[in-house]
Amino acid sequence: MSEPLSASVRLDIIRHKGRPTALDYIPMIFDEFFEMHGDRLYGDDRAIIGGVASFKGTPVTVIAEVKGRDLEENQKCNFGMPHPEGYRKALRLAHQAEKFHRPVICLVDTPGAYPGVEAEKRGQGEAIARNIMEFMTLKTPVISIILGEGGSGGALALAVCDELAMLENSLYSVISPKGFASILWKDASREREACDIMKITAEDLVRLNVCDRIIPEADGGAHNDPNQTADNISAFISESLQNLQIKFQKGLDEMINSRYNKFRVVGDFDEFPHSDTQPEETKAENIQ
Amino acid sequence: MQFDEFFSVVRERLGSDKGDDSSKKKTDIPAGLLFKCPRCRSVTFIEEFTRNGKVCPSCNYHSRLSARERLKITADDGSFREFDRKMISKNPIDFPGYDKKQQELREKTGLNDAVLTGRAKIHGEDLVLIVMDSNYMMASMGSVVGERITRAIEYATEKKLPVVAFTASGGARMQEGIVSLMQMAKTSGAVARHNEAGGLYISVMTDPTTGGVTASFASLGDIIIAEPKVLIGFAGRRVIEGTIKQKLPDDFQSAEFMLENGFVDMIVERTKMRRVLAHLIRLHRMPEIKEGDDNE
Repeated sequence: MSEPLSASVRLDIIRHKGRPTALDYIPMIFDEFFEMHGDRLYGDDRAIIGGVASFKGTPVTVIAEVKGRDLEENQKCNFGMPHPEGYRKALRLAHQAEKFHRPVICLVDTPGAYPGVEAEKRGQGEAIARNIMEFMTLKTPVISIILGEGGSGGALALAVCDELAMLENSLYSVISPKGFASILWKDASREREACDIMKITAEDLVRLNVCDRIIPEADGGAHNDPNQTADNISAFISESLQNLQIKFQKGLDEMINSRYNKFRVVGDFDEFPHSDTQPEETKAENIQ
Repeated sequence: MQFDEFFSVVRERLGSDKGDDSSKKKTDIPAGLLFKCPRCRSVTFIEEFTRNGKVCPSCNYHSRLSARERLKITADDGSFREFDRKMISKNPIDFPGYDKKQQELREKTGLNDAVLTGRAKIHGEDLVLIVMDSNYMMASMGSVVGERITRAIEYATEKKLPVVAFTASGGARMQEGIVSLMQMAKTSGAVARHNEAGGLYISVMTDPTTGGVTASFASLGDIIIAEPKVLIGFAGRRVIEGTIKQKLPDDFQSAEFMLENGFVDMIVERTKMRRVLAHLIRLHRMPEIKEGDDNE
């Protein structure tokens, strides 16, 4: 990796028409991918695909958010914006992986969960919440990789994991830069400016203790050499699976505790045991 | 994208044109004498409205309460012992103006952030209470909200106490960036552990429960209760209207809408809430804690 690029330049890179998507990477990284469909409750969401595959001989479950490469694909996968049935399919496959003791590999790439009437009716909030909660205690290793856009809760629903990696130019944020600008400044056109103050690059997120590893892309962006980028992703997965195997051998509880703690420690606050600015009627109790 | 503009939705519902970043937020009480209901638009004298427990007398919309007002009508007198009250947020992404804004809000609201947590009793039943306060940055979830809630649930898990959370939130706190998003994982993780330990968790959704709070601990209660007519949803109304290019019906994302679609167990009126909570807690009481003092 050379000079770090600004977040707004990276935004252009991840929006490049030729940027590889999960559909490109899956055949380059895995052998024998068998796709599994449906959440067994409502339907099959094409914005999230998943199935069982072999990674260098190891059986794994792959779950991926899918962006289309052209209009036709995008109509099918709803521009990478999942509905509740997508998240529920992901959870079903994660539990299947748990049953058969295979690691789960999540590829994250979404502007966010779909904001629509049907999505609300079918419980978008509940679907995301449940994934977050159940991935937290899933009894098998979970690796998540942000490929391009990691848009808020819709990304987090597949990013509660033991190790989180981001492609060099990917962005992971609490809200899309556009949404950020429109809420805080009432002006969606200030998207690029928002991008640069939101601290959403891979390097920012390593500093903020959210991202564990940065996977290098080809020079100028993954689209310049998808094969090389795929090799880099494979190298990360190999190494990460080895690490997790070691953790796993120390015991399942230890692995799940360390996953919990990975998220438990994120937060930035002060505690002042001596200041007294609080109103009457309540007595303080230190719970620690 | 799905979190886009949920603040706007909330504002729109309440007929206020001020952003959450305005320090002098307009209240929904014109001229301080009248209450205009955001649901049915009818106007009531503030005195009558207050006497009615801040419930709209014409449509039964249960309007917002501050966390302290909520505590007062929920917990047994004098039973609340607050946790972590001296915890205040820092500025994880160095967002311009965030420190100053927090300072101002702390002075204005007397709160150290958008949630109060602590031990309490309801009709004598011991529990851990979590109460969010939408007067503080629309009760958006940043580090302090996430940490206090997580600690409160962890405490309840350890002491084998039930948790009751009154949720209200515009969602994630933009000004804390990704750190805010991680609070969703943190709080949901604490719920997961409470579940594994067999603890009871009741979530009570109040106005408004939206965005990242709906997509985390608010939706994870063993029992989910909502107050009548309140706003509950994930994506903002305006965002959805922008997507489908048409107006949504008034009851979209209401408590009743959520009940009908299967995401809420029951709708309970404010005046009955204490009794319902006490009953439910009694029905889930873990035998090793207490026995033989049922008195109803």
